[in-house]
Amino acid sequence: MNTKQFLYRFFIAAIVVLIIAACSKDIVGRTDNTIALQPANIDLNAGSWKPVLLTAPTDIVVATPIATNSPDYIIQINEIKSFQANITTEEKNLVAYWSAGAILRWNEILRELVAKHNLAPYQNADGTYPFPSANNPLAYPLFPFANPPYAARAYAYVSAAQYDALVTAWYYKKQFNRAAPYKVDSSLKVLVPKSDLPSYPSEDAVVEGTAVEMLKLLFPGDQDYIQQRAEEHRRARLISGANVRSDIEAGEALGKAVAQKFVARARGDRAGAAAGNQTIWTKLETDCAARGETPWQSLESPKRPPMLPLFGKVKTFLFDSLTAVSLRAVAPPSTSSKQMKDETEEIYQLVKNPTRERTAIVQFWADGVATYTPPGHWDAIAAEDFINKNFSEVRWARNMALLNMSLMDAAIVCWDTKYFYFNPRPSQLNPAIKTLTGMPNFPSYVSGHSTFSGAAAAILSHIIPDRATAYDAMAKEASVSRMYGGIHYRSDCEVGLTVGKNVGGYAIKRALTDGAE
Amino acid sequence: MKYFLSIPLITVFLIITSPLISHAQTDMDAIMMEKKQFCVGPMYSYNSWKNYWEGSLKRENLNLGTVSSQTFSLMGAYGVSGKLNLLFNVPYITTKASAGTLHGMKGIQDLSLYIKWMPVEKQWGPGTFSLYAIGGVSVPLTNYVADFLPLAIGLHSKTASARLMLDYQVGKIFVTGSATFVARENITIDRTSYYTEQIHLTNEVSMPDASNFNFRAGYRSSKLIAEAVLNKWTTLGGFDISRNNMPFPSNKMNATTIGANFKYVVTPNHKLSLVGGGNTTVAGRNVGQATNFYGSIFYILDFTHKTKKADQSGKTN
Repeated sequence: MNTKQFLYRFFIAAIVVLIIAACSKDIVGRTDNTIALQPANIDLNAGSWKPVLLTAPTDIVVATPIATNSPDYIIQINEIKSFQANITTEEKNLVAYWSAGAILRWNEILRELVAKHNLAPYQNADGTYPFPSANNPLAYPLFPFANPPYAARAYAYVSAAQYDALVTAWYYKKQFNRAAPYKVDSSLKVLVPKSDLPSYPSEDAVVEGTAVEMLKLLFPGDQDYIQQRAEEHRRARLISGANVRSDIEAGEALGKAVAQKFVARARGDRAGAAAGNQTIWTKLETDCAARGETPWQSLESPKRPPMLPLFGKVKTFLFDSLTAVSLRAVAPPSTSSKQMKDETEEIYQLVKNPTRERTAIVQFWADGVATYTPPGHWDAIAAEDFINKNFSEVRWARNMALLNMSLMDAAIVCWDTKYFYFNPRPSQLNPAIKTLTGMPNFPSYVSGHSTFSGAAAAILSHIIPDRATAYDAMAKEASVSRMYGGIHYRSDCEVGLTVGKNVGGYAIKRALTDGAE
Repeated sequence: MKYFLSIPLITVFLIITSPLISHAQTDMDAIMMEKKQFCVGPMYSYNSWKNYWEGSLKRENLNLGTVSSQTFSLMGAYGVSGKLNLLFNVPYITTKASAGTLHGMKGIQDLSLYIKWMPVEKQWGPGTFSLYAIGGVSVPLTNYVADFLPLAIGLHSKTASARLMLDYQVGKIFVTGSATFVARENITIDRTSYYTEQIHLTNEVSMPDASNFNFRAGYRSSKLIAEAVLNKWTTLGGFDISRNNMPFPSNKMNATTIGANFKYVVTPNHKLSLVGGGNTTVAGRNVGQATNFYGSIFYILDFTHKTKKADQSGKTN
């Protein structure tokens, strides 16, 4: 081949490569094309399931719906028909997106908000740190700083509120038994799978209304975005023919009413005071030193106050405060003990020459800055398995609530343990330990990842027993990833897993008695 | 015999963004190897920065201190003919932060291959005008971690690039300009989701393409080359690092650098030459304000069986 031929071929090949490279950038997210939810069981009797916060579904009053032969109802059917007559591609995509499931999609939106807000504030000029303010969420530092405890609490409140709201909705669905619009008017096209579930109030609008109301409290600076997603959700349901407007309006009102009860609980759950103050931060250090232990120190520069030292006092969902204290881990090895020295050396050896495989495990489970945190990761794992199970919306909500209440309570017990012992990180005891992930700014014992993962694996194994082995393996890998990363000792991880599993046990106990099994 | 002049490493983010511009040997200069000559040599480079641009905000980071990288490369060029050269580069990189707890990274990064073609070289006015077309590809050689900026050793994206370059030399004074388009393939990272300006529930990351403009001018003889270089790397897309966030491979990394290069031919028969230079970042976005120094020794292996005589232009020998 002569030079000219070679060059000609080379440049043609180069152009082809460039075009392919430029065109192959579309990425499909794992749940982008999730098929429409078509529950194996509509759980018609879920109105009798045990709510989390409500005493009974009748705590919320839902008005009797208008009759399906009334002129108003016929107007609402015609509204759907007019939407469908002018349907755009964007609207078809909206219908497909939301038909995958309301709990799934709002959980994903919540995870997105957490990831967006999981950023520690930058320091002030004088080396102190500013705190986000719920009253001024758009001023820097943005409110909230959605760190793992904040996120765990947010997931739990949204999930539990959605569960209570759907139990209430199911109660009224069965009571009023108003058929879906496509059953009333057989000429109506329906763009989602048909269901025998009564459509008043709309379960989708219940989930949406609950989320919108809860997120006003949890993500007050993101209202424009949240409202936009809510509007799309409501519109998708109307366009699809699954609900008439009165189904949607009643569902949304019901969701908001239930959420308001959870908002009231959240305002009094002591999370607002979890950041503590200088007096508390100093006392933690002096108390630890008085016990003869080396107190934890922030390894950030400038030194940052410890993350949410009073989060361990937050009101739990699955058990009372005395039980929470009883779940606290036993004391870690003394910082002056041989065991602590050995455990520190073990971490040093692990990080000295990291393997690619271990680094991948660290990265996979890191769930650090600008991610949806470990609780969000477990929600993602659960969501992808729940998709395969074809749960009804109410069962989705129930399972997500069990998972997220476990994760929040795990955060509470873990944080209580962390600040009870105030144990230093490996890099504090041996500065030669360099980490393969960001250094968390709170005490070491016990590992948050391990506690979260132990709790999540326990309740998920109860929900989907055939995945129990996989969940257990994932929890262990998440746990050990923190040793590989150089930020936790073996004791932190192993005890954390056990503490988490114990917390998860309370969720299992609840699951066995909530009427859903 | 042809000359071999290394361009400076342009260390775009916090690390090296593009194999194309970061450790190119002669892919951006107007110098060709003679037929059947193979020029090869090791290169060492040191890059460091203390300040960086978080979006457009310049800041320091007390939890990183000074971030530095050392690169040990093997580079070479082979003359298929006097008008067609093949070039390669393989770097081994180590990174380090002087403060904070983050672990440095090290490893073999990307193999870069270029084909450099000079279809036009003719007298024009008082000097010589030449035109070059350069195509390149780069491929990660190891499974290094890209998602650990600013300490990752690279972005782990396969790239393909196309460059047009013009050179004009009058006597021993020359000026060279080039424009490059770099297509970058998506990468996969070790985690299952990430946030850019929205959540992505995938381990695949869309990498924005990039452009590069390079201008250089100076003195070029058979014995000595001295040049000043201006380089502008622009990421065509990507997003800004949000406040106090960590950088991410698909950030919009832009950098304008200025620098100087020198090449000195040590031996009379042109077989051995010393190359050195440096550059500094004068403007940037989502990159470190890096300063870079490098040095290299090149040796020419002649696979022809007759000794060629060097001419005086330094550009065409």
